[in-house]
Amino acid sequence: MKTKTNTLSEEKGKAVIVIGDGAAIPLKRDAGLFTAWRIAFVGACLILAGLIIFKPDPYLQIFKFLPDGIFVTFQVTIGSIALAIVIGLVAGLGRMSKIRIINLIASTYIEIIRGIPLLVQLFYLYYALGRFLLVPDILAAIIAMSVCYGAYMAEVIRAGIESIDWGQTEAAQSLGFNRTQTMFYVILPQAWRTILPPVGNEFIALLKDTSLVSILAVSDLLRRGREFASESFLYFETYTMIAIIYLIITLILSKLVAQMEERLGRYEQR
Amino acid sequence: MSKDKKPIIHISNVSKHFGDFKALEDVSLEVETGEKVVVIGPSGSGKSTLLRTINKLETISKGSIVVNGFDLNAPSVDINKVRQDVGMVFQSFNLFRHKTALENLTLAPIKLRNTSKEDAARQGLALLAKVGIEGKADQYPVQLSGGQQQRVAIARALAMNPKIMLFDEPTSALDPEMIGEVLDVMVKLAKEGMTMVVVTHEMGFAREVADWIVFMDEGRILEIGTPTHFFENPEHPRLKKFLAQIL
Ligand SMILES: Nc1ncnc2c1ncn2[C@@H]1O[C@H](COP(=O)(O)OP(=O)(O)OP(=O)(O)O)[C@@H](O)[C@H]1O
Ligand SMILES: [Mg+2]
Repeated sequence: MKTKTNTLSEEKGKAVIVIGDGAAIPLKRDAGLFTAWRIAFVGACLILAGLIIFKPDPYLQIFKFLPDGIFVTFQVTIGSIALAIVIGLVAGLGRMSKIRIINLIASTYIEIIRGIPLLVQLFYLYYALGRFLLVPDILAAIIAMSVCYGAYMAEVIRAGIESIDWGQTEAAQSLGFNRTQTMFYVILPQAWRTILPPVGNEFIALLKDTSLVSILAVSDLLRRGREFASESFLYFETYTMIAIIYLIITLILSKLVAQMEERLGRYEQR
Repeated sequence: MSKDKKPIIHISNVSKHFGDFKALEDVSLEVETGEKVVVIGPSGSGKSTLLRTINKLETISKGSIVVNGFDLNAPSVDINKVRQDVGMVFQSFNLFRHKTALENLTLAPIKLRNTSKEDAARQGLALLAKVGIEGKADQYPVQLSGGQQQRVAIARALAMNPKIMLFDEPTSALDPEMIGEVLDVMVKLAKEGMTMVVVTHEMGFAREVADWIVFMDEGRILEIGTPTHFFENPEHPRLKKFLAQIL
């Protein structure tokens, strides 16, 4: 089975960006994976519904307890991805800058972040932000997540930009566009297509990694589950629900990313 | 190249080194408004490098270049402003792949000249008609043939109303049956009085259109002359050899 990026590289000679970890993004033409997606999604929904309907005690109670956490998980995910893209763009462009000092700062940031485990960074930034800047919990978690993910995003964005033929830059510059205009009007709109699949994967990976913030004082989905479990002692039942809900959210998200990708790829198709 | 008018392109004693390699060596050339100059020479002789110095896609190591009254090496020069008046057409077209044919034409006027979208579209459609592909306005570059893409690329450059047009082997990447349609557009442009510098191997075009032909070899200009001079009594032995090979 081929992945999208591989197919791209074979067909068009484009750069390949392969970032593991995230859920596989299903493709229409990739029939096997598509079926796997369906089985997982329908199965998870059926199990969830079945548990709630046929064993409302305790599953319905657990389910009712969780929406607040789901909301917080979404908040952290969406906030982090947005901020991570901005940080990634700045750092990615910084790494390509000809100005030495900017290049050095961006490269150092990426190097440092990639060398420290996410959980350690989360603890560190979270407590540093809370202590010195009195940043509220959720915001501190978002900043910590996006500082970390921004470094990975920067590499993805840089690779995407570098995959665009230099002739595009020359054509834009010969019309009179300056470097910034060239980047935003010509290069990024094209690079976005190469960037999107790995960013989509990062997005999904980030959603799952937000479960780490439950260790901080942020009431995300996992933390809400832990709270419920520690009061009711229903550990197994609670974590079953948590796992199914994460799975459903992740599957929906991967579907959305696949659809967005398809739409962006349209003008390339005959 | 006559003495009574002021040249719009003034290249004096230009050298360009890539490390130890001398891509251009003491090159001087003047082009007056409305003149068409065709540059020929063997592969690697520095034709593209010379052309690209005129809009500073390539910086120079020595000498000076004045385009449209702007000294390209002056610290105060706004190169982006200079480039707005110098159109360039590439061998590989380089159309913006994420834009339709019409959008390729309207992007620069809208963003750089503050032309309204409606005006830019109207002018863009007129230019597409001029290069003979008005029916393809909404097609993306991948949907166009090479000849069509190159004509869109010419129209894109023209959309900025340039005073000078530079062509770097505009037909070299094309299938033979499409070369004619692109050359026709260039001939039309020449007849309208556009100032043109064209690197090409199309000797028929050179003979028909050029005011001057420039022969380059190993980074130097070895001979400059009218088409009649070039094809009837070339002087430099290397030019004779080159012409014998390609004619
Ligand atoms: N960026 C660069 N770095 C090093 N050498 C270069 C660079 N660009 C061009 N050259 C060299 O300079 C010489 C002149 O190149 P140029 O592209 O101007 O030749 P040309 O006359 O246009 O040839 P062709 O007909 O093949 O296009 C070549 O030998 C080329 O290898
Ligand atoms: Mg060349």
